[in-house]
Amino acid sequence: MAFFLEALLGGLMAGMLYSLVALGFVLIFKASGVFNFAQGAMVLFAALAMARFSEWAPQILGLDNKILANVVAFVLAAALMFVLAWLIERYVLRHLVNQEGVTLLMATLGITYFIDGLGQTIFGSDIYKIDVGMPKDPVFLLDSVFPGGVLVNLEDVYAALIAALLVVTLSLFFQKTSTGRALRAVADDHQAAQSIGIPLNRIWVIVWFVAGITALVAGIIWGSKMGVQFSLTTVALRALPVIILGGLTSVPGAIIGGLIIGVGEKLSEVFLGPYVGGGIEIWFAYVLALVFLLFRPQGLFGEKIIDRV
Amino acid sequence: MFYRENGQFKTSYRSDQQIFVIAQDRWAILALIAFAFVGVPMVVDEYMFRAILIPFLILSLAALGVNILVGYCGQISLGSGAFMAVGAYMAYNTYIRLDGIPLIVAILSGGFFATLVGVFFGIPSLRVKGLYLAVATLAAQFFCDWAFLRIGWFTNNTASGSVSVSNLSIMGLVIETPVEKYLFCLLFLIVFGLLAKNLVRSAIGREWMAIRDMDVAAAVIGIRPMYAKLSAFAVSSFIVGVAGALWGFVHLGSWEPAAFSIDRSFQLLFMVIIGGMGSIMGSFFGAAFIVILPIFLNQFLPWAGSLVGVVISTAAISHSEFMIFGALIVWFLIVEPHGLAKLWSVAKQKLRLWPFPH
Repeated sequence: MAFFLEALLGGLMAGMLYSLVALGFVLIFKASGVFNFAQGAMVLFAALAMARFSEWAPQILGLDNKILANVVAFVLAAALMFVLAWLIERYVLRHLVNQEGVTLLMATLGITYFIDGLGQTIFGSDIYKIDVGMPKDPVFLLDSVFPGGVLVNLEDVYAALIAALLVVTLSLFFQKTSTGRALRAVADDHQAAQSIGIPLNRIWVIVWFVAGITALVAGIIWGSKMGVQFSLTTVALRALPVIILGGLTSVPGAIIGGLIIGVGEKLSEVFLGPYVGGGIEIWFAYVLALVFLLFRPQGLFGEKIIDRV
Repeated sequence: MFYRENGQFKTSYRSDQQIFVIAQDRWAILALIAFAFVGVPMVVDEYMFRAILIPFLILSLAALGVNILVGYCGQISLGSGAFMAVGAYMAYNTYIRLDGIPLIVAILSGGFFATLVGVFFGIPSLRVKGLYLAVATLAAQFFCDWAFLRIGWFTNNTASGSVSVSNLSIMGLVIETPVEKYLFCLLFLIVFGLLAKNLVRSAIGREWMAIRDMDVAAAVIGIRPMYAKLSAFAVSSFIVGVAGALWGFVHLGSWEPAAFSIDRSFQLLFMVIIGGMGSIMGSFFGAAFIVILPIFLNQFLPWAGSLVGVVISTAAISHSEFMIFGALIVWFLIVEPHGLAKLWSVAKQKLRLWPFPH
């Protein structure tokens, strides 16, 4: 039982991180109808920027304080993500308005290649560490209930807390601010939003910037867990079943989908994996999402797809 | 001046329904094929065969298959790399497990098994479409990657996990030198190109296009969506599977699952989009573009660097290759979203009136 709980908790933690990446996808898809394959590359890019800036900041500015260095690095990395969002809107999206979904998808693949190359040109292609002072020690919970207790990684708990905080902030931003309202209006209907005077281009920059920030947070958490390296981009591929399951257009869907996928992956790997030779978690998530799609094509919380002739 | 159909009268239905209605087109294509068979082997060196021509032929075959699914039937698939892998591995298995099986039969059997897998993973297309389907087809990609890596039977339990074939021959003719490999692939490409061209002009091809343009409307006028979509998946994955078998047998010789990773799927989709969706000709253009571009960049960048007196390190070159490749793709999608095939048809229209456009 304790083992099961451990696997379950591990899955929930991993799921929280998936939903963080999935959130970036959903934000952009909602606001601009672009299926952004570059989200994974953005995660890597942001993490690389964060890692290198926090390394350079003490050298250049002569900062001794590690927290201060990290804050400076975070701000710089966020600024970089803003520049990136602006460039993407200015030089790519603006020219591709009204193109088919698949063309936009391929354009974001092009952006993926570009960002991958750019990030490694500027920041180098070794493995870097991000140290934001997250505790690494495991703790044992529920000692009294189970013999030996349940092993939980404290780092994962913090990561999940940060992710939850980000989600709450985002939903407040979307629900309570006027910019958030404009974003939702654009997501609902581009033309109607434009006709009441919402500047579409600025909204796109904002939404890509917000997606960039979620990428940065995701990059920091993943990066401090497993080091900043090229394989971070595959995180995006792990997050794709999440948005399918949760629905491409739903923020809560991304969260709950992430949790389901995280738990499903972990439990399948632990309990089913040994029978078939292991390593099944990557496709198990997809198959889970696929089976789900057969019964509910729009995902858990997606908008109902209505076909008109 | 030379390219116009004045005076070419069609006196029978047969002549009206030819693939190339204009005589100049027919002659040009025949000349091109003849040149590909006779001229190219005489003038091209071995490196060109290995690095450019053979990959180009095989990948344009694969792009042709993907184009049938994505361009003609409108079902976006990111699982083409997996179907190539199925083709390669199943062809390998029939080749080594059945004694004395002819090479061509083994390669076609790869296509057959790819068809089965393709139809199976095409079933979600009956419920979901568009980008949802694209992600759903990724399931095929990851599942096949895993299966060929972990299930020993597919690789004949080789310890390293990579499989290899050698001593290819058909009816006593050995296929060993690059020229022979090139001709072998060329034969496949021409046969399947002709087949695909005729399929998309036929009733089933029109059904695919109707489904692509609007599937609900197509269903209303009596096209069975299930039959149309699954047949597109079947035909497409057969061709892609054959291409995969050729890629493994002829081009690589020995391979492992990484040869058919998700990057391959993206690459094939790039070929289709850049070449032109819904165009047989476009598949060839797209394949040529995607095959040649990295090689060109690889040669060009150090040369450009040395021109301005900068020695660029290998790592920097590969990174800037990434960047330029990505930027070019985006640029291309912006200036010509309908692909190279569109440019080609515009050029042909202009040529008909040249040099007196009024």
